[in-house]
Amino acid sequence: MGEPIIELRRVNKWFGRFHVLRDVDLAVSRGERIVICGPSGSGKSTLIRCVNGLEEHEEGAVVVDGVELTDDHRTVERIRREVGMVFQQFNLFPHLTVLENVTLAPIEVLRMPRAEAEARARDQLARVRVADQAAKFPGQLSGGQQQRVAIARALCMQPRIMLFDEPTSALDPEMVKEVLDAILDLAQQGMTMLVVTHEMGFARSVADRVIFMDHGRIVEQNAPGEFFAHPENERTRDFLAKVLPR
Amino acid sequence: MRRPRISWSTRSGRALVYQAAFLAILVLAGWALWRNTVHNLAARQIRSGFRFLDQRAGFDIGEGPVPYTPDATYLRAFAAGVANTLRVSLLGILLATPLGTLIGLGRLSRNLLVRALSAAWVEVLRNVPLVIQLFAWYLVLTELLPDPASPLALAPHAFLSKAGLQVPLPLWQAGGLVLERPEVGTFGVTGGLALTPEFLALLLGLVTATSASIAEIVRSGVLAISKGQTEAALALGLSRAKVVRRVVLPQALRVIVPPLTSQFLNLTKNSSLAVAIGYPDVVSIANTAINQNGQALECILIIMSVYLTINLVTAVAMGWYNRHVALVER
Amino acid sequence: MSEALSAAVREPPPPDGGAVAWLRRNLFSSVPSALATLLLVAGLAWLLPRALDWLALRAVFRPDYDACRALEHRAACWGFVAEKHRLVLFGRYPYSEQWRPLVATLLFVGALAASAHPRAWRRWLLAAWAPVLAAFFLLLRGGALGLSPVDPAEWGGLPLTVVLTAVVVAASIPVGVVLALGRRSAMPLVRGLTTLYIELVRGVPLITVLFVASFLFPLLLPQGLKLDALARVALAMTFFQAAYMAEVVRGGLQALSRGQGEAAEALGLSWWRIQRRVILPQALVLVIPAFVNSLLSTFLDTSLVTVVSIYDLTGALRLALGDPRWREFFLEGYLFVGTLYFACSLAMSRYSHWLERRLARWART
Repeated sequence: MGEPIIELRRVNKWFGRFHVLRDVDLAVSRGERIVICGPSGSGKSTLIRCVNGLEEHEEGAVVVDGVELTDDHRTVERIRREVGMVFQQFNLFPHLTVLENVTLAPIEVLRMPRAEAEARARDQLARVRVADQAAKFPGQLSGGQQQRVAIARALCMQPRIMLFDEPTSALDPEMVKEVLDAILDLAQQGMTMLVVTHEMGFARSVADRVIFMDHGRIVEQNAPGEFFAHPENERTRDFLAKVLPR
Repeated sequence: MRRPRISWSTRSGRALVYQAAFLAILVLAGWALWRNTVHNLAARQIRSGFRFLDQRAGFDIGEGPVPYTPDATYLRAFAAGVANTLRVSLLGILLATPLGTLIGLGRLSRNLLVRALSAAWVEVLRNVPLVIQLFAWYLVLTELLPDPASPLALAPHAFLSKAGLQVPLPLWQAGGLVLERPEVGTFGVTGGLALTPEFLALLLGLVTATSASIAEIVRSGVLAISKGQTEAALALGLSRAKVVRRVVLPQALRVIVPPLTSQFLNLTKNSSLAVAIGYPDVVSIANTAINQNGQALECILIIMSVYLTINLVTAVAMGWYNRHVALVER
Repeated sequence: MSEALSAAVREPPPPDGGAVAWLRRNLFSSVPSALATLLLVAGLAWLLPRALDWLALRAVFRPDYDACRALEHRAACWGFVAEKHRLVLFGRYPYSEQWRPLVATLLFVGALAASAHPRAWRRWLLAAWAPVLAAFFLLLRGGALGLSPVDPAEWGGLPLTVVLTAVVVAASIPVGVVLALGRRSAMPLVRGLTTLYIELVRGVPLITVLFVASFLFPLLLPQGLKLDALARVALAMTFFQAAYMAEVVRGGLQALSRGQGEAAEALGLSWWRIQRRVILPQALVLVIPAFVNSLLSTFLDTSLVTVVSIYDLTGALRLALGDPRWREFFLEGYLFVGTLYFACSLAMSRYSHWLERRLARWART
């Protein structure tokens, strides 16, 4: 398997006095697809946000593709070029068209010429099946379309790792499938990804590993088959009982 | 077909009755006030009508772009007043906006000192009445500056004294563009563009006070942009500066423009405080006119129409601008 | 694989580096920031000692005219304030009776402070204000209970500012509510006229309204009915402020969800009942912070009445500065009055923020 592409070593983080991540150890291999689940407040979003520096860890080490995250903003910016992120609230830029949303980072950060950036952008938009919306503004798209554009926007930077923070939680039920399908495509093409989600069916079909977090700790992690069939920890069993359909 | 009945039981019937009663009361009150006014005007031998605008004004106006002498008509006097109002308001807006924006962004700075001083600026200027600030500025400019005979030289040809600020004035003459430079003489400074202490005090007071309000508007505008926008831009690898320039500021501008326009109108209305320090804006002129010929009704109507016109023009311009830059939605 | 929950919950580590890291983050986080810090510190190091010197260290605090003149403006002459403070604070109110406006103002401020906490907002609060206001006006006006009468033309200074602010705010709220309801009315005449009034009044400066009070009201009133200058100004400012109050109330009415009115209608309540029992109570509570802001701006706006020769706090100061002996100490005078306004205003705006936070918490439960 080789060196892990993401490594978290005894990572601790506090929000004020609230100990949100407690001694978290995690190693993610290249190409591995990980699903993180757990009750709200368990620290799952905070965990993945530490990987691209949106949250700063107070203790421990976060190493991404061999580079350790420090508070030096140049290191952080370098890592962010390799790590793409998709948010629960999409966070598309409403004042730019879909195409401009996707080409903004390649032009500003990678200093790509506009024509090349636009060509690449259209490829990515086609990949998530929203190529025909390129000239529209985000406000004119449905939730599912917006999230797919968000995925394309992140992919346009050709990251090595993709982080998904509850990508379907803000969507109407009929649009969840189209977004999950897009993420599925990506997974099948071998993208390393950390996905925080409640969609257990997705976890079963895509994940190499499922991690359960509670109160800031990784309580249990296993391949999906074992995880869902024989959860070892009582907390995991409680959680699954509440979340899985009967 | 049934004819609509105007009766108490139907909603529309009641509405009609209420409105008719309301109208009747208004008309009655208006008529009573009118009768009183006519009576009182006659008793004080005050004329009515706008014919006085053609008469000789008989008072002097200290400054302004409209050429005027005491022999000119009241109409010209009011025109000079309007020009002076616009002059100080437009210049005030031009100066207050960048100053306010800087201070607003300063309140959001990472540097503690910058943040604290910006906050102090805003708190002090917003919590002291504008009239007090104007009086203070005026007295400082007319009491603490040197005499006109020995002015302060701010630049090779710019002089500051109790008589105001004098700077070179570009004039279009036969040979081309020529600079008329102010010269210091025994009795003071002559020549060049003269800005009176009244004008300067009003301008400085309006600019500093309005900059505080503009700072708050800029600050709220930037804060209104959701954190998610910044995070998404940062996650893409953009530097902080680029995030502000390409993602936050363009969106903040949309939020800022409507209240900003409101502040511009406030500045224009506040310029009416000129009457307190003797700057000849339209309200000062009206005050003088009323004191001379007693035609308060007409003069007040003139001032009100001036301000309402400014409001209307600005509202129309704002409406056009809003439609032009509104975010496109479904 | 599974892990036991062995690691205990810990306290966060102390922020690393202590003072040096704090300095680095807050004052020197980047090159432009460091430059700004250096410039500002240099500026403050030059300014602060000089300001302290002028304001306090070498200043004269006794009402000693000769000592003040000897200063030649190199330091502050607070003797001006010591000498003239009663004129500035109470205007032309008879000297020996000035304890009355003092007591009245303290009573008023005390009642305000007592009403400030949401816990005090019960039905009897409005009723409790009636005797306070009665006492307030009785103390100022006199003519009963052995107090000598003092004509409102002689009222001045801070109590006058308080009177004007209180009367204008209190009277403009009900008028504003009526205007706001009128603006949202379905009847076109009512809606049109109220909108016209509100937009007209909001488009003109306060000075014009004061001119109307000063010059026009005497013409509009029938012969024989005279309103004194203060009453006219209070009336005009009420009509002015009511237009702004109307917009504040309208904001509250709009923020209230439609569902409230619809549910009440579905229950069969009449329009007036709905407004009185369902809509207005909720809308008014929503806009209380905005009301406090209106109070604040009215308080600051009262300073304009000096233009129409009413001797409020600002006018009284100008009266005091009219004395040719003390005229040159205008800076000290304006600093004194400015600080008074600032202190009151800051207190009100802090209160408004506190109230907003409190009401937000209340609304969520």
